[in-house]
Amino acid sequence: MSAALVYALTGAALFVFGVAGLMLQPHLLRKILAFNVMGSGVFLVLVGLGQRAGIPDPVPQAMVLTGIVVAIAATALALALARQLLDLQGEMRLPEEELDKDRLDV
Amino acid sequence: MKTLLNVVVLLLASTLGLALGWSMLDLPVAAVRLPEQVTAQLDMSGVAHPVTAVLLNFRGYDTLLEIAVLLAALLGMLVLPRHVAGRENRPVPASTMLQTLARLLVPLMVLVAGYVLWAGAYQPGGAFQAGAVLAGAGVLLHLAGLLPAWVTLGQTLRAGLAVGLLVFIAVGAAVMAQGTLLQYPPDWAGALILAIEANLTLSIGLILAGLYLVLTNSGERA
Repeated sequence: MSAALVYALTGAALFVFGVAGLMLQPHLLRKILAFNVMGSGVFLVLVGLGQRAGIPDPVPQAMVLTGIVVAIAATALALALARQLLDLQGEMRLPEEELDKDRLDV
Repeated sequence: MKTLLNVVVLLLASTLGLALGWSMLDLPVAAVRLPEQVTAQLDMSGVAHPVTAVLLNFRGYDTLLEIAVLLAALLGMLVLPRHVAGRENRPVPASTMLQTLARLLVPLMVLVAGYVLWAGAYQPGGAFQAGAVLAGAGVLLHLAGLLPAWVTLGQTLRAGLAVGLLVFIAVGAAVMAQGTLLQYPPDWAGALILAIEANLTLSIGLILAGLYLVLTNSGERA
């Protein structure tokens, strides 16, 4: 197994941890962190698979660089929205119970 | 019920992980050899580093949209209602040690940002790395109590935030006369890329710093 594949497999593992965290953690801050872990996993997969042939491929590297910056911007916006929710509701979690009730009424 | 959900999610997640890992081990060799195409065209791109060539020339529209996304994220944060009252506008006083350190480091960080921007033409570096260093300088200044959080943005600041995207669009529109969007003439490519990157660095630095400086202001309860 080449070093490139080790990176890609580690990336896949990180992505899966992120998915599990996103679904299991109710706190929004943890969900945002889990989403970032997912993103880091994807970046690692892209860069890892990009150098399977032995030479690094500049195209996925440029895509990852773009992706990192977009991820930062998305995280900041998500944090601002989560804080807004904290101000309005007093807690940083999605209102699950009320949603379920609405669905029952319908 | 909660435990059951945990078990189901963990089972599904491990299945996903195994499927991903297995498909990666089984992946066929790519049909298109992108690295060789990039190397073959590198002389036309105006820069000597392949990643910069891909970012600013071959796939320039990715970068154009990226700076647009950055700006949109900051605008999205600015339209959220914020607590604007008394205390939080003023920087929190920090220790003299930190303030002195910040005063020494920030000019160096600006210098490093300029170097990283210039170096991007022939080695790893470029507008995004340089912008990140600039943003780091801004955050350091705020933490040292030397730079207030952003409450209202003045005209100059707004112009600085937008100049990267506007110059990029202007260059894209200007070269469209002789071909497709963002296809630079080879003789001019180096100069155009440097002009775009210099403006991008300023905007990215300001926007990234702004993401922090807007957020840090909005949270302090009135």
